[in-house]
Amino acid sequence: MSKWIEVVELNNIPVLGSRLIKTRDTDIAVFRGSDDQVYAIRDACPHKGGPLSQGIMHGSTVTCPLHNWKIDLGSGNALAPDHGCGNVFAVKVEGGKVFLQL
Amino acid sequence: MHKENLVLIGNGMAGVRTLEELLKLAPDHYNITVFGEEPYGNYNRIMLSPVLASEKTIEQIMLNGEQWYIDNGITLHKGKKVEQINRARREVIATDGTVAHYDRLIIATGSVPFMLPLPGADKAGVIGFRDIKDVDTMLDTASQYKHAVVIGGGLLGLEAANGLMKQGMNVTVVHLLDTLMERQLDKPAAAMLQKSLAERGMIFLMEHSTAEIIGGERVTAVRFKNGTEIPADLVVMAVGIKPNTELGKSAGLYCERGIVVSDTMQTITDPKIYAIGECVQHRGIAYGLVAPLFEQAKVAANHLAKHGIARYVGTVTSTKLKVTGIELFSAGDFTGNDQTEDIVFKDAASGTYKKIVLQDNQVKGAVLYGDTVDGSWYFQLMKDGTDVSAFRDTLLFGQHHLGDSGHNPDTRVASLPDNAEICGCNGVCKGDIVKAITEKKLFTLDEVRAHTKASASCGSCTGLVESLLAHTVGGDYSATPKTKPLCKCTDYTHDDIRHGIIQHSLKTMPAVREHFEWKTPDGCPSCRNALNYYLLCAYPTEYVDDAQSRYINERAHGNIQKDGSYSVVPRMFGGMCTSDQLRAIADVADKYQVPTMKVTGGQRIDMFGIKKEQLPAMWKDLSAAGFVSGHAYGKAMRTVKTCVGSEWCRFGTQDSTGLGVKLEELTWGSWMPHKFKLAVSGCPRNCAEATIKDIGVVCVDSGYELHIGGNGGIKVRVTDLLCKVATEEEVLEYTGAFCQFYREDAHYLERTAPWIERVGLEKVKTAILSDAANRKALYERFLISQQPAQIDPWKARADGAEAAEFTPIMIEA
Repeated sequence: MSKWIEVVELNNIPVLGSRLIKTRDTDIAVFRGSDDQVYAIRDACPHKGGPLSQGIMHGSTVTCPLHNWKIDLGSGNALAPDHGCGNVFAVKVEGGKVFLQL
Repeated sequence: MHKENLVLIGNGMAGVRTLEELLKLAPDHYNITVFGEEPYGNYNRIMLSPVLASEKTIEQIMLNGEQWYIDNGITLHKGKKVEQINRARREVIATDGTVAHYDRLIIATGSVPFMLPLPGADKAGVIGFRDIKDVDTMLDTASQYKHAVVIGGGLLGLEAANGLMKQGMNVTVVHLLDTLMERQLDKPAAAMLQKSLAERGMIFLMEHSTAEIIGGERVTAVRFKNGTEIPADLVVMAVGIKPNTELGKSAGLYCERGIVVSDTMQTITDPKIYAIGECVQHRGIAYGLVAPLFEQAKVAANHLAKHGIARYVGTVTSTKLKVTGIELFSAGDFTGNDQTEDIVFKDAASGTYKKIVLQDNQVKGAVLYGDTVDGSWYFQLMKDGTDVSAFRDTLLFGQHHLGDSGHNPDTRVASLPDNAEICGCNGVCKGDIVKAITEKKLFTLDEVRAHTKASASCGSCTGLVESLLAHTVGGDYSATPKTKPLCKCTDYTHDDIRHGIIQHSLKTMPAVREHFEWKTPDGCPSCRNALNYYLLCAYPTEYVDDAQSRYINERAHGNIQKDGSYSVVPRMFGGMCTSDQLRAIADVADKYQVPTMKVTGGQRIDMFGIKKEQLPAMWKDLSAAGFVSGHAYGKAMRTVKTCVGSEWCRFGTQDSTGLGVKLEELTWGSWMPHKFKLAVSGCPRNCAEATIKDIGVVCVDSGYELHIGGNGGIKVRVTDLLCKVATEEEVLEYTGAFCQFYREDAHYLERTAPWIERVGLEKVKTAILSDAANRKALYERFLISQQPAQIDPWKARADGAEAAEFTPIMIEA
């Protein structure tokens, strides 16, 4: 069973912005919405692998900085008219700290 | 499933296109074998003219390299000529003895150039213009000899003549009649074409009939029936093509001019054998253009895939000439008869000629010379048989005249209907292209070509496709901007919001969103960036920049590249540098193991392949060496390009380099609606290319010309002259005032060129020239906003600002 790992304090993620988490296996972008909802997704756009952590977040969506694909951070799905899915990770906030399930 | 054997004879455009279409419909139906006489993969024959003119290379015109055949499991016998078809045994046999069995066979042997049976026509140096070998011969001859004679003033002859001229030969075009391209042009258009080709140096001998080719082993001269003679080291015969029916005939297939086929592209003799392309005669017509071949390919593929629902019923063709810089279009019956009426426009001075032939208020044909933008529209009206009586008065002014008064080609393309054919070669309509651009998120011409095939053949529609691309991807300005909301989050326009920000003293993004009743809580990437800029521009000393409302390039102060790495461009004022600065850049490059360095178009040095987390450290080193950010990443003032000017150049009239440095010191760091570039040329020779910049200064003996609104991007635009001033101080003041006026008036992401086209040059002149007080006020506001803008973002980050942005979090998991 994968475990929860503390990665960053919520306040160290800019509102409507992200932090890049590097693990041994993969890079993960952790986003913070204007309502402090937190999302985690593999830092690679399903289109051409663009670093989603560098994109602009709006609502629960991020726009990839390379070719403007819009990815829903909740499901990882690309929004129409594009098709594709990024890998999302379970994430929770407890006591002002962000945990990822890896 | 048992696979049948399909054999294709002829590795050219028609045959291979059939295979491409077939593989789309039924990839697993056949084992496919291809025989090609030429030792190459499949190339774009109609692009041989640009190859001859050195505008393209052979590599650039290859359609399918050998890998394509491998990837699709096709056996390719290149350089092998099929000499026999044994219909009884269903085999084809090549000259080297290779045998292939077929269940179905496609003959696509194309055509051969028609060679005049003149005495001496067999001498070395007498060739046709058909394949890569002919082009090689021409290029080779051009490097050793001087005089070329092209017999035939048709489409192919003129393209060959143009190419040979570009290779430095003296070229004479010999034509039997008194007008060029008589099958495509009427006399006035042909005369204009002849004039402009003659101005380029082409020599014409009209109404000349060749009698004999003279020489020993090799041609030395051409003699005409009137007894005159001209020297010739190379003779290109371009008097026509004839279908290559040799193999079809020997196989016992019924042939007239070409191999006769039915509407399903099967030979009428043997339904197992298909024929396609220029070797074919269909309903009495043998085509020599590419568009019909591609239509035929679709039909044959449909039949081969056993769908059996497509029929070929012939093609109405149109023609364009592939000679760079000459716009020419013709279609249909352009000569007319006593039942038709002509509408004609001719302006010899501007080199424009248009003729539309009408019958019963329907377009029957058209000839356009000089301005061919509406060619596809007329062609469409002709094919559809549209009744034009409602807009007959303005028909000649083109389609854009039907709608609004837009006057640039972008708007013209925008006003075309979705079913307007943009690419005649491949039969691609506007709607297909726009759909592909929006649905597949295409950003480059190459991508559009790959997805739609538009502009992938002869390329003469490239301009239209680029306009469509520009319009679809980034065309904020070409739609009707007065009523278009800023983005989907609001109903208000850019202008409404800019005015509201000032009028109601709205100083934060939430305040703007609340005032204008935004439909989304945070906005979107379009409006966030725009509002951030508008607020910054309105309140330069008060507004707190929102990093999350900037594109990554501006947030990270470097250009993101395709692999997620960044590039770094230190500012070099006016393009000047010292050996110490170069050494410092080289040391930084060594220290951070920069994989690629390049001098940019704006005379700066670009260092590629930098990881984001390396950026602050690298900036610290550059900062220590005296460099500031070059803003090569920003919607901001980027560079001032310069020439050397009076300090060194023997033509320089003023110190253009020094002035460039002063201008860059004045303007660096300023955020703009879009990227913004300047240049200063020391004399009208314009070595700094100042007339395609947002602001260009051209120094002259008596002072400085100020030019504005130029652009070297997708749609090149030459600057408008704003005014002439006498002193450097005035150059700085006018430049600052222009910058500020643009910053305060243009929409976000609108460059100066479309902005000026939208608001009109007069408005800009009024704001800056007519009213000195207003100019000084603009300049003053510019100087104030520059105070906070000229704090170097690199140094600030090297000193620790925004550290989290550049620091990933490492997790042991």
